[in-house]
Amino acid sequence: MVHLWQTEKKRMKLRGDLPLDLKTGRIDMTHGSGGRAMAQLIERIFARAFDNPALAENNDQARLDFPVGKLAFSTDSFVVSPLFFPGGDIGSLAVHGTVNDVAMSGAKPLWLSAGFIIEEGFPLSDLARITDSMAAAAVKCGVAIVTGDTKVVERGKADGLYINTAGIGAVPDGVDLSAGNVKPGDAILLSGPIGEHGMAVMSRRENLSFDSEILSDSAPLHGLVETMLAAGAGIHALRDPTRGGLAAALNEIAQAANVGMRIDEREVPVSPAVQSACEILGLDPLYVANEGRLIAFCKADDSGKLCDAMRRHEQGRKAAVIGRVVEDRHNFVEMHTILGGRRIVDWPAGEPLPRIC
Amino acid sequence: MKYIDEFRNRALAENLAASIKAEARRGGGREYRFMEFCGGHTHAIFRFGVPDLLPTNVHMIHGPGCPVCVLPMSRLDMAIQLAQSPEVTLCSYGDMLRVPGSRRLSLMKAKAAGADVRMVTSPHEAVVFARDNPHRQTVFFAIGFETTAPPTAAAIKQAQEWRLNNFSVFCNHVLTPPALVWLLESGDGKGNGTPPLDGFVGPAHVSAIIGTGPYAVAAEKYRKPVVIAGFEPLDVMQAVLMLLRQVNCGRAEVENEYTRAVTPVGNVKAQRLMREVFEPREIFEWRGLGLIAESALRLRAAFAAFDAEKRFSLSPIKAVENPACQCPAILRGAKRPSDCKLFGKACTPESPIGSCMVSSEGACAAWYIYGRRRKSA
Repeated sequence: MVHLWQTEKKRMKLRGDLPLDLKTGRIDMTHGSGGRAMAQLIERIFARAFDNPALAENNDQARLDFPVGKLAFSTDSFVVSPLFFPGGDIGSLAVHGTVNDVAMSGAKPLWLSAGFIIEEGFPLSDLARITDSMAAAAVKCGVAIVTGDTKVVERGKADGLYINTAGIGAVPDGVDLSAGNVKPGDAILLSGPIGEHGMAVMSRRENLSFDSEILSDSAPLHGLVETMLAAGAGIHALRDPTRGGLAAALNEIAQAANVGMRIDEREVPVSPAVQSACEILGLDPLYVANEGRLIAFCKADDSGKLCDAMRRHEQGRKAAVIGRVVEDRHNFVEMHTILGGRRIVDWPAGEPLPRIC
Repeated sequence: MKYIDEFRNRALAENLAASIKAEARRGGGREYRFMEFCGGHTHAIFRFGVPDLLPTNVHMIHGPGCPVCVLPMSRLDMAIQLAQSPEVTLCSYGDMLRVPGSRRLSLMKAKAAGADVRMVTSPHEAVVFARDNPHRQTVFFAIGFETTAPPTAAAIKQAQEWRLNNFSVFCNHVLTPPALVWLLESGDGKGNGTPPLDGFVGPAHVSAIIGTGPYAVAAEKYRKPVVIAGFEPLDVMQAVLMLLRQVNCGRAEVENEYTRAVTPVGNVKAQRLMREVFEPREIFEWRGLGLIAESALRLRAAFAAFDAEKRFSLSPIKAVENPACQCPAILRGAKRPSDCKLFGKACTPESPIGSCMVSSEGACAAWYIYGRRRKSA
């Protein structure tokens, strides 16, 4: 295969391009105009980073070999602010976010699309850094970014850069994970400490910035899912608790499956750093976003086996059984507090933490 | 986590619960009604499920100590009107943004319609914004008790030092002791529904500023015990036990459970700063409590240049309140959130009608978010 970037110099010469200044250059309106500048941007930055056969065909679409069986298809947009945060950036997040959404069906993620909405004036160096981070994340996830789009909007009409990714995965034969499968009696498992992504992003917010060691948990979960499926436990559903945190994810499933949940605060892992930061800001870790955690619902008898399997995987070292599913026509998520009382864990309301992903 | 986990320890909670139960039994079947003045306490009580650990004859009545809740709607309407002026950037604490004013308009809705409203986490951010944006009139919407007044004072002094002519403060700071006296005066069946109270869980952070002295009047003149407590669940439980002991022994004293933060004299530096910048208003309206003399602060004449009420010649607006909303009675402790017809139906945290449903310190929000099961069970 001839790699795109190898022919780039030749193309540039033929088109009469000026070299792209990746050190101090900035995005201008011509980079979204469909002309030479845009073609050059796509070649120098995107095609070079994402390089794969489907993309190299240079068509308006990617042509892919269709796997047999069921597909999983998902999309997500990323508007996180700031673009670079401890433990990740918008690029790796845009890959992990969609890979995880696909993986929650039990599917093996295969392909991603990537759409970029860039504000005029955005530094090319940052764009290259983010694109490289996306490419590295895609390699780690075993997915190819096979098609994409670039738009440039006037200064002030966007905040730097927004990315949309869509992903396709292949669901293995016999795997049927869905919120509707969750039943009273199921055990609820959580793959690790909560709130790290949200607090890592918050710690770098212009008006809040506080010193902390918290790194985002942003990570791909398809490998953990594969391990969990291989454990032979009766898994009914998986969900990654992103925006709205664990609280939102539990309420979503409770409603979708028309059940209630009872969780035990003592079993929910929260790191001391996240707990401290939440105390300072008056936040509840249950509502803070995660980008590398999942919750699993499985037959109660299999919970030990599943938890052990999760703990053997890098992304599930601190997995825990945090509660159980019960019959409840109100679909309430109730928590036994650390103090020994009870409380509702409601849907998130009030001041959201904007643009955490 | 140090200084947090210790105050949320289950074994200690169980021991305390047993002591509270034994002490409450000594009253010979009587009921005890204690008001936690602060919304911070209300929040801790519900977040940690403290009512499950209290005997059924000990009742916690939620007080008015929620800055967002006690702000009268007319003052919020004035802030919204101010925000709608094209030259103004209104900076506000996040809690305030969703509070409904007249016709359910809020700062958040005004912002969506084009008003320049910004959420800040401190008044200092507003001053910095004013310095960096000399062509905008930046107004800080100051609310809160003695805890938030000193930082507002510091921001005004900063603006003076920087010689800013585009920064001002819409001052709505209120004072705790006059409200406490109001509750003591109006309790015991004096017509506005506040139930007879046996004592108070005194403010945590406010007391760190004002000290324990100002509560002496409650004990000496009104013969009601006050126990100042921290905002952790074990603090609240310890305070309840101390209140029960005082009541059972016939004592009425000011006791300090929160010695790790509160001293008898309080934060003298903060008090000095407040006195330098602010003076008491003759009278100020509290939502639910009505007009209370010398219960709020305004800018002194020396700082008049930073007073938004003067700069923009603000005049009071007649607010249009929903007559079914029970926030006023809830703020007086006269009703419980579940007594309100709107609670959980027309009024929810997503679509609040009353201020008590908005703030995390509001009693309705705490009931709705953490405690609904108790009602439905």
